[in-house]
Amino acid sequence: MTSEFAVEMRDVVKRFITPEGNEMAAVDHVTMKIRNGEFFSMLGSSGCGKTTSLRMIAGFEWPTEGEVYIEGKAMGHTPPFQRKVNTVFQSYALFQHLTIYQNVAFGLEMENAKEDEIKKRVGRALDMVQLTGMDRRKPKQLSGGQQQRVALARALVKTPDVLLLDEPLGALDLKLRKEMQLELKALQQQLGITFIYVTHDQEEALTMSDRIAVMSKGKVQQMGTPVEVYERPANKFVADFIGESNFLEGKIKSLTRKEASVFIPGLNAEVTGMPISEGLAKGEEVVVSIRPEKVRLVEKGALKMNMFRGKVTNTVYIGADTHIYTEVHGVKLKVLEQNRISRLDPKSFYTVGQDVSLLLMPENTLVLKKD
Amino acid sequence: MNPHRRSPLVLVTAFFVYFFLYAPIIALVVYSFNASRANVKFEGFIPSFSERVVTEGSLVKSSPCGPFHWYCDLAKNREVIEAAKNTLTIAFTATTIATIIGTMAALALQRYDFKLKPFSQLSLYIPIVIPEIVMGIGILTLFSQVFGWMNNAFSLSGDSRWTMGLGTVIVSHIAFMVPFVTLVVQARLQGFDKSYEEAAMDLGANEWITFRRVTLPMILPGVLSGALLAFTLSLDDFVITFFTNGPGSTTLPIYVYGLLRRIITPQVNALSTVWILVVLAAVLLLQIVQGRESKQHS
Ligand SMILES: Nc1ncnc2c1ncn2[C@@H]1O[C@H](COP(=O)(O)OP(=O)(O)O)[C@@H](O)[C@H]1O
Ligand SMILES: [Mg+2]
Repeated sequence: MTSEFAVEMRDVVKRFITPEGNEMAAVDHVTMKIRNGEFFSMLGSSGCGKTTSLRMIAGFEWPTEGEVYIEGKAMGHTPPFQRKVNTVFQSYALFQHLTIYQNVAFGLEMENAKEDEIKKRVGRALDMVQLTGMDRRKPKQLSGGQQQRVALARALVKTPDVLLLDEPLGALDLKLRKEMQLELKALQQQLGITFIYVTHDQEEALTMSDRIAVMSKGKVQQMGTPVEVYERPANKFVADFIGESNFLEGKIKSLTRKEASVFIPGLNAEVTGMPISEGLAKGEEVVVSIRPEKVRLVEKGALKMNMFRGKVTNTVYIGADTHIYTEVHGVKLKVLEQNRISRLDPKSFYTVGQDVSLLLMPENTLVLKKD
Repeated sequence: MNPHRRSPLVLVTAFFVYFFLYAPIIALVVYSFNASRANVKFEGFIPSFSERVVTEGSLVKSSPCGPFHWYCDLAKNREVIEAAKNTLTIAFTATTIATIIGTMAALALQRYDFKLKPFSQLSLYIPIVIPEIVMGIGILTLFSQVFGWMNNAFSLSGDSRWTMGLGTVIVSHIAFMVPFVTLVVQARLQGFDKSYEEAAMDLGANEWITFRRVTLPMILPGVLSGALLAFTLSLDDFVITFFTNGPGSTTLPIYVYGLLRRIITPQVNALSTVWILVVLAAVLLLQIVQGRESKQHS
């Protein structure tokens, strides 16, 4: 029987003893359901427990509590060589004493495949990652990008149900990384295999994933599509970690089922009509979050609802965009404007000290719990 | 100024280093052709070949083997052949067993954490740092004590009694080799990333296949150097062998020592020369094998 979910982590905890002798939860009550054929990413900064989670799925570590399921079957202490998942290691872990051919053939030999079958499948795998003709080289004789492809071919030749990738592009330079991101995504769609992808690079996760689990300190902060985690971050951590956000502290003044008005002391004003998530109460201290590119700058004109007068304190030109730093009654707000017209004429844009009006459109704001 | 110009001091130092390293060996080889049986002074080469050995006082005038008289003499020496056989038997057996034990110990110390680990690590150095003679006496005491009990307990007598011999020498050699092998293999394991083994298991290899196909090939250079070190230590060990050998387990060093106590004929030099050549050949062979391997790898 095949399960709807390729991999499930149910309430998994992994504790380690630190060198100082303390107990530390690297993974802290994590539950994830990863669907068949999905490109699923675990995103978080270094040390948040991504690798440990992946290693528990691969079978290199066993959960202290909870259970990992693959294809609906509880894994318990099943060793890695009996799990139908394969891993692409961050360090690639290519066998240095074997040729590229032997590296890719290794997994098939373990299945006792026939020699001509192995030959055929290794050839196909190497073609797939565009390494045709490299089969007699040793790993050291390949570039980093090529080694990465060998690691990929070596795992994919086993035709696993699930491929685990631990920051596989981390060691490549930016340009190659961007190319590989698209290639990997295309490969995943073509093969229809479930990918579980670990990265600390938010842009990478947003580019490739169907769904993302944003992690911090061993916990899943939010799980959702790239659009969801960016546009509807579940909490201040996610809003801050993915992209950039302006945070305005305030207190809920009034509350309907769908909307809230928040009084922001810094602005000495109320922001009204903001959509809310569950679990908020009237009078609660909250943060209003708004992305820099979603703040509208208006040069002059009458003040309307949710509009505030401010001053430009700095502008930073970075090619495609300009970052405009403003202050409203001492509250700092960052604004991002696309350079849709040439900036060669300095008069065509905002200058330091200029008075501006900032419009916070309620549908672009979020009311988040203060943590 | 050429930065690579050699300072005279370097040349002088080099001269002395080479002189003290190789002059004794050259002298030893030259003396193996000495015409003088007393072998105190070099009296020239044995000048001619003849049907039978002709001597004049302590000088050999001619011999069937000519200048190689002492080598022929050596080849006819039953005891030397026997001692050489013992030496090699002991070295091969002990090296094989010690390499296996030492490699396993190094792997265990690398991957497992246990309470007595710091102690185990430290205990590796003890056999290396304590004087060999102390270890020799210790092993002797242990063996004679245990054998005494055994022979008493089972009322053994005559040929069935447990005595010192090849077995005791091999066991004692293994005992002093293991720490050396372990330390050499440990050095090799320092940079060994466990993700290679994880990758093998991930691809479907169980623990044993992972060891045979991935771990062992990767640490093999370390294992081989450890084995070679152990082998050479065994070949020329005198002190521990002296305490633990018995009838029928005389090794070359023990035999040479025995000869020296009687008379020092050039036969000893001939034996030493052959010994040096054999070791040299072994080292060269190893170099060639390793050279070919590293060429294949790059
Ligand atoms: N074998 C281990 N022993 C002790 N602590 C560990 C071990 N593996 C990981 N950790 C700790 O667990 C935390 C999470 O590690 P990891 O999963 O590698 O994070 P990430 O991959 O997100 O950077 C880190 O603080 C790390 O130091
Ligand atoms: Mg990691």
